[in-house]
Amino acid sequence: MDIAQTSFYHQAILTLAALVVLASFVMLGQGRLLRIVFVLALQGALLALATALAAFSTDNPHFYISSAITMVLKVILIPIMLRRLVIRMNIHREVEELTNRTSILLGGASLVIFSYYVMLPIVHTSHMVTLNAIAVSLAVVLLGMLMMISHRNAVAHVAGFMSIENGLFFAAIVSTSGMPMVVELGIAFDVLVAAVLFGVFFFHIHSSIDSLDVDRLNRLNEVEK
Amino acid sequence: MAWLIALLQTLLFIALAPLLAGWLKCCKCRLQNRRAPSLLQPYRDLRKLSHKQPVVARQASWIFTITPYIVFSATVLAASVVPLIAVDLPTAAIADVIVMVGFFALARFFQALAGMDIGTAFGGMGSSREMTIASLAEPAMLMAIFTLAMSASTTNLSVAIDHVLAGGFVLRPSYVFALLGLMLVAIAETGRIPVDNPATHLELTMIHEAMILEYSGRHLALIEWASQIKLMLYGVLIANIFFPWGIAETYSLEALGSGLLAITGKLALLAVLLALSETLLAKMRLFRVQEFLGFAYLLSLLGMLSHIILEVID
Amino acid sequence: MALFLAYCSVVTAVMSGVLALASGQRSGLQRITAALLNAKATHLAERFPKLPGYAEFIFTKERYPSLLRQAVFVLLGTCGVFAVLGGIAIMAADGAVIDQLSYGLPWLSWHVRFDSLSGFFHCVIGIAVIAVALYGPGYVNEFEESKHPFSVLGLFTGLFVAGMLLVPLADDAFFFVIAWELMSVASYFLVTWQHERSANRRAGFIYLLMAEVGAIALILAFGVLAGFSGGLTFAAMRSAELTPLWASIAFSLALLGYGMKAGLVPIHVWLPEAHPVAPSHISALMSGVMLKVAVYGFIRFAFDLLGDMQWQWGLAVLILGTASAVLGVLYAIMQHNLKRLLAYHSVENIGIIFMGLGLSMIFASSGHPKLAVLGLLAALFHTLNHALFKSLLFLGAGAILHQTHEADIERMGGLIHRMPKTAALFLIGCVAISALPLFNGFVSEWLTFQAALQAGVLESGVLRSLVPITAAVLALTGALAAACFVKVYGVVFLGAPRSSKVSHAHEVRSRGMLAGPALLAALCFLFGIFPTPVINGLNSVAGNLLNATLPSVSAMGWLWLTPVSSDVASYSAPLVLLAALLVGTLVSWVLHRVKETANRRADLWECGFGGVTPRMQYTSSAFSMPLRRIFKTVWEVDETIVREPAGAKGQRTAVVRYQLHIGDHAWRFIYHPIAHAVTTAARHIGKIQTGNIRVYLGYSFFTLLFLLWVIS
Repeated sequence: MDIAQTSFYHQAILTLAALVVLASFVMLGQGRLLRIVFVLALQGALLALATALAAFSTDNPHFYISSAITMVLKVILIPIMLRRLVIRMNIHREVEELTNRTSILLGGASLVIFSYYVMLPIVHTSHMVTLNAIAVSLAVVLLGMLMMISHRNAVAHVAGFMSIENGLFFAAIVSTSGMPMVVELGIAFDVLVAAVLFGVFFFHIHSSIDSLDVDRLNRLNEVEK
Repeated sequence: MAWLIALLQTLLFIALAPLLAGWLKCCKCRLQNRRAPSLLQPYRDLRKLSHKQPVVARQASWIFTITPYIVFSATVLAASVVPLIAVDLPTAAIADVIVMVGFFALARFFQALAGMDIGTAFGGMGSSREMTIASLAEPAMLMAIFTLAMSASTTNLSVAIDHVLAGGFVLRPSYVFALLGLMLVAIAETGRIPVDNPATHLELTMIHEAMILEYSGRHLALIEWASQIKLMLYGVLIANIFFPWGIAETYSLEALGSGLLAITGKLALLAVLLALSETLLAKMRLFRVQEFLGFAYLLSLLGMLSHIILEVID
Repeated sequence: MALFLAYCSVVTAVMSGVLALASGQRSGLQRITAALLNAKATHLAERFPKLPGYAEFIFTKERYPSLLRQAVFVLLGTCGVFAVLGGIAIMAADGAVIDQLSYGLPWLSWHVRFDSLSGFFHCVIGIAVIAVALYGPGYVNEFEESKHPFSVLGLFTGLFVAGMLLVPLADDAFFFVIAWELMSVASYFLVTWQHERSANRRAGFIYLLMAEVGAIALILAFGVLAGFSGGLTFAAMRSAELTPLWASIAFSLALLGYGMKAGLVPIHVWLPEAHPVAPSHISALMSGVMLKVAVYGFIRFAFDLLGDMQWQWGLAVLILGTASAVLGVLYAIMQHNLKRLLAYHSVENIGIIFMGLGLSMIFASSGHPKLAVLGLLAALFHTLNHALFKSLLFLGAGAILHQTHEADIERMGGLIHRMPKTAALFLIGCVAISALPLFNGFVSEWLTFQAALQAGVLESGVLRSLVPITAAVLALTGALAAACFVKVYGVVFLGAPRSSKVSHAHEVRSRGMLAGPALLAALCFLFGIFPTPVINGLNSVAGNLLNATLPSVSAMGWLWLTPVSSDVASYSAPLVLLAALLVGTLVSWVLHRVKETANRRADLWECGFGGVTPRMQYTSSAFSMPLRRIFKTVWEVDETIVREPAGAKGQRTAVVRYQLHIGDHAWRFIYHPIAHAVTTAARHIGKIQTGNIRVYLGYSFFTLLFLLWVIS
């Protein structure tokens, strides 16, 4: 079956899935912190929109609440917190020079192919039209981890972590008829708490080594060389 | 009958290209708070140039004098295989979209040779940079074409556009990515900001202008016209492949008329977008272009991957 | 009939080699001929009264060398003609002719088989040999007889061509390996013909070493097949039943052996050393034809002898081909020795051929025989095209070398004014190799793209995503090749001369040196405009190998090329040419109607700066600098800039010295470790040579004890 034969809502969800992956790639290649936070907010907005569409097409009103939570948390609260943090620590003018940015991006592309290959057996098990997107959500998770490995700034690490969670959330939407409400609320608040804790840690790190470059944490070991 | 329409369409292409350039200039001027010249000014410029005597350097060879004709012919050939107002184009069967890319490559090859022919540093610089940017843009362009060809299972442009029309309004992630990738490649290939500034003559920033610096008279007219046709061609490709609604599917007069109106509207809108991006963005330094084109390649690659992963549902 | 023509071609090649041996023996031959004519004075002098006159004419000191050389090359040319005719005959007959020659071992005579695949390769070899034979007499005249005897060159050229022609004829492993070795060893002597240069000696050593390692791999591959089939003949090997593991082992050995001779990355390192140092017409033969014989061997082994292919093999070949293509062209861009640059481009084109073969193998093993035929077609057509334009380019480079005695393009420039005909022919070669429309290189790249585009029918999603990626890399390769040839043509022929030797160069005087390349250029253009007859011929060649043919290649007539079907893709080269000529003439007619606008020649404008010297032009390294920065991890770049300050506080720069060395990573990461390991192992083993006679007696003693114990 080709995508042209599915309903418009399914096409829209699959397109949004592709745009979520694109947002991951844009974050991966980005050096400026405020833009990373903005793209993270965008990714959250796309996710909220996809959830709302899924709610509409599968007639599952419980998804509307998920969509609202996602919107409030991932598009408004957490990005605003991160943005305030970045501006208060005065690091918003630093640009991270990524060495071999092109190879990281192309490595990300091969991660997408790899996650497709891994998810092939699962895609064949169910008849849900949107199940193809589960390969995409695994790709978003893997790209989030790649982002944590390749960037040196701690704020970029947080963004990578958030996008891992975005990927898992997206997988839940496309493959199941939604997580139980309790689990969802729990995860949402965990993410919020994590963001707050990150903020506290940022201040500590910044005050002790005067930068947020995690490679400099190597120097915290006390053994004399 | 079909061949007549094809010939008419090619002539229309050639005739309308300076008008598009004039409209683009008009939009840019308005955005930058300047008074725009008349929309027909490019025609007057071409006419003036073709009546002037070309001055050719003594050490230039026959390659220098023959290149404008080759460039213009190759661009016109490329324009003849792209459907402008009617979908059914017999010339599209002569040369498919890969051959069209080959025509551009032919024009660029000779243009670069002409740049090196005169033995100046500017010419060599322009040729070197142009060939580098073209090499990086080729994989992105080809990958975007592949995405289209895989979903329409043809490289013949008429058949591909027919396929898109027949499907109705389908939202495909692969097409979204291919559109973005093709737009970035079009900016690089036609030499617009942020890759190359078409209005500059500073040596550090010239790419296309550097290669044609020594041309004058009717040679310059042909080359300028060819670059205007190329810009219009990329615009038509983007407009008619991704948003083909409005194009004439039969040869009746009203279908052709509405096809003409549709493409004029789409091109005008694309020109406004291009003028906006040229005004808002600054020209990149040369060694950032590889990231720009690498991103275009990534977009096209994601388009192809979304086609394989998301669109073939079994 | 076809087999007879093939035999004739081999025999004439050997004859030309033997005749070349006579080149140093003028006085001896003159005496013998005079004795012959006088001894049978009653018969010969009367019957053929003109014969002594002819003999005197031939053996005069001035005319004898050039007449002999022409005779040798005429024989070589007829060899080429026979090869082409034989190939066309067997392809038209569309069958296979089998024969047995009673040379060889007593229990294993040489089996000969001439089928359409062999015939196609005979055509390829023949065309290149004809061009080289036209070119040869003018070119070899410049070599000093005392230092570089023509007898050696002619003999080994003849043997080399004979070896190349024998390989496609072989139908058993023994004959195949003998012909292969004849080809390799004869070309070794050709590479080291100018042995006083250290570069030649080094290149010859590496070449022979790698050729022999490749031959060992080939023999092992044949051995695996022979072990399973119980015989050395190809017929027995075709029917052998191999387990998948052993089939993969045989395939890997064959890929190593044929890949080494063809020049796949990373086993290509002999190519850029050996091809530049050989005489230019030999480089043309080596690069244009010998690499194709390796491709023939690979096709014969994988498609014919092994038969049942696995998709992993196809994927491996595709990936190796892609890597060779892109790395070959990237290395080529950085070279400034003209022939070395062309040698690296051979690596690139062999990569493209292997990409087509890999696609064909993937389709064949996934049960799409018709698409496999498309891939094989693209690869075979590119084989023909590469033989044509690479030989053309090498012959052109030889002409430049002959006239300017300069190999470095950084010292050339402006040769289009001094050598206009060579420049025009070289331009055709450059346009053809850059895969631009209207010439043959474009058609084979178009076919390869069409084959890659059909990847949508494969079931494996991973393959479906990898094949378009390799096609995108092929697009990158094509664009980089065009960039490289703009650089080459622009720096060598256009602009102003960069050294005084080049500013005084003249056009080649020998007509043969223009006729050979002109023939190749005409064929490049012809096959670019009328590809359909050739594709039809190749369709039947591929059909014999894969038992399927493309049904609708010329479904719409001879004007159109529709490989899969007319809906999917179609290309009509003659109509494109017609349209291009129409537009061109129309435009120039319209613009030339105003009479006052004739071209006016004046000084260079150069933005009004003036004072332009040839040194201010872009050099080859300058042209490739952006690519060098973008792709800097591909090479080992060693760049040194030394500035000598001057002035009171050293703020002025008096002299800037710039040195750039580009190295191949393969040497540092693969070959130097191997060489190091081999020498270390040799040193350890060398410890048994103590030099002490008692130790050696002890060795014999202990060996004797051991054997006695074994016997008991």
